[in-house]
Amino acid sequence: MRRKDVSYAKFGYIFTFPFVLAFLIFSLYPILYTAVIGFTDMKGLIPKPIHILDNPFQNFKDLLFDNVSFRKSLINTFLLWITNFIPQMALALLLTAWFTNKRLNVKGQGLFKVLLYMPNIITASTIAVLFSTLFAYPMGPVNSLFQMLGWSDSPIFFLQDKTTARGIIAFIQFWMWYGNTMIVLIAGVMGINPALFESAAIDGANGFQTFFRITLPSLRTILLFTLITSMVGGLTMFDIPQLFLAGGPDDSTLTTSMFIYGQAFKGSYMYNRAAAASMIMFLISAVLSGLLFYVMRDRDAAKLKKIQKQTHRNAAQAAAREV
Amino acid sequence: MEKNRESSKVTQTVNKTIIYVVCIALAVLSILPFWIMFVNATRSTPEIQSGLSLLPSSHMMGNLKVLLDKSFDPLQGFMNSFIIASGATLCTVYFSSLAAYGLVTYSWKLRGAFFTFIMCVMMIPSQASAIGFYQFMYKLHWTNNFLPLILPAIAAPAVVFFMRQYLLATLSIEIVEAARVDGSGEFRTFNRIIMPLMMPAIATQAIFAFVANWNNLFMPLILLTQKEKYTMPIMVSLLRGDIYKTEFGSIYMGLALTALPLFVVYFLLSRYIIAGVALGGVKE
Repeated sequence: MRRKDVSYAKFGYIFTFPFVLAFLIFSLYPILYTAVIGFTDMKGLIPKPIHILDNPFQNFKDLLFDNVSFRKSLINTFLLWITNFIPQMALALLLTAWFTNKRLNVKGQGLFKVLLYMPNIITASTIAVLFSTLFAYPMGPVNSLFQMLGWSDSPIFFLQDKTTARGIIAFIQFWMWYGNTMIVLIAGVMGINPALFESAAIDGANGFQTFFRITLPSLRTILLFTLITSMVGGLTMFDIPQLFLAGGPDDSTLTTSMFIYGQAFKGSYMYNRAAAASMIMFLISAVLSGLLFYVMRDRDAAKLKKIQKQTHRNAAQAAAREV
Repeated sequence: MEKNRESSKVTQTVNKTIIYVVCIALAVLSILPFWIMFVNATRSTPEIQSGLSLLPSSHMMGNLKVLLDKSFDPLQGFMNSFIIASGATLCTVYFSSLAAYGLVTYSWKLRGAFFTFIMCVMMIPSQASAIGFYQFMYKLHWTNNFLPLILPAIAAPAVVFFMRQYLLATLSIEIVEAARVDGSGEFRTFNRIIMPLMMPAIATQAIFAFVANWNNLFMPLILLTQKEKYTMPIMVSLLRGDIYKTEFGSIYMGLALTALPLFVVYFLLSRYIIAGVALGGVKE
């Protein structure tokens, strides 16, 4: 029985070592490097000695206060995200309510799930180019369809109008992701204790009441998780807008990732500016992740602590009064 | 009372009709763009410009020829994407399983800290470090090399998190102890006994890792500048360029070729993929 005394603790370190090493080399170091570049004058194709700027925050200051393009990209990113997230969530919730309603007993759910999720798995670049071809001017499938249905007499130049261009990108994102959100939410509903639904049915709750009083509150954590991961995903939106219109018309579909890519890799080689923009993006996503961490932490444990504190304080007060 | 029941039955039928109409409309919306893509890949450019059709035509070979004549090499792109995606997938699933096993099985001093660390770095977007990463790889002369697209996959925090949850739910420590009694080393135990047990989780994560790496555009676009190193998504971006401006037939053909492998994979594995999504945490 001496074997029991052998310590296996070192294997914990050994088994996680490749992960840590890869993280240090390929994530942490590049992030720190990016942060440093953000404070320097590194630009141009030919490498030359770089210097920290006299005012280290000059790049950040320029971006936030003087760079119209960058500010536009932040606003666009937010607009494109919110206009796809709200309808995506609404539709996903509606479908979840339908598919999980036992009284409705919707048939063919498996097939619907497979088909509604499908766009999510196809390469985003392919979808972006496909849609820009579908909306081609003067003759493209969508224009043909509009004329066939008698919705328009002359071809429409969809991609010239800022609102339409943004709308189509938001639609593509919505179309690619609502199936995913729906499946996650349905799984969440399946995880709710069935006794809750049974007792609601016995109490005579209708479909609406059950959904709003039981299903939605139980899904709160999953909804928040979806919200925040979608926000970080939206913040880094690149493939669709880049290949759909490359930012046009008039920068109306330029996102922050595209701004970073454009500054560094499309002929201007403004690495310092791109790095500063990356750091701003990193800070936003760090705040969002922190929020998620706070939300996902063990809620009950936190509540218990709070109550304990409260009773402790009450007891202390009572004791103080008694004296 | 009888009447009441009757009317509620009617409402139920109406509701169900609405639900099926909406679901079928959404299903059509999912299929239609791809349907048009595949159909138009077989139609000539004049046919495409003369209007919409849902039936294939006979110009598939012609479109393919025009496409291939203009320096579009789908086979090369396919190979490159395949090498990168498989390499990255192997790295991700093996080392993530290993790290998760290390987290679950052994009690070591920094275990809690390591788990918190994984939770913290789970959502760092690769765009945030792209500039430093590019400069670093440039200095190593690793641009136009597949390694910087494969090796970073060793550290996949979200996958470690998923694998840990799976192991916590399924692994009984007795198995590990029994293996130790039989004289099996720790690595051997992991490779021979634990990995096979984890197969369901590994398969799910492998599918998602593969698809995510296959579809990735940002990093390859930054790092790969030589034509013969292009991946599928970069090739797609060529279709937007001037060389194909009016050759709609071949553009659709190119798009169809890049999407086809994914459709095949999806319809073979859709059951597992849907189940994997339902397990959560697989948002990009």
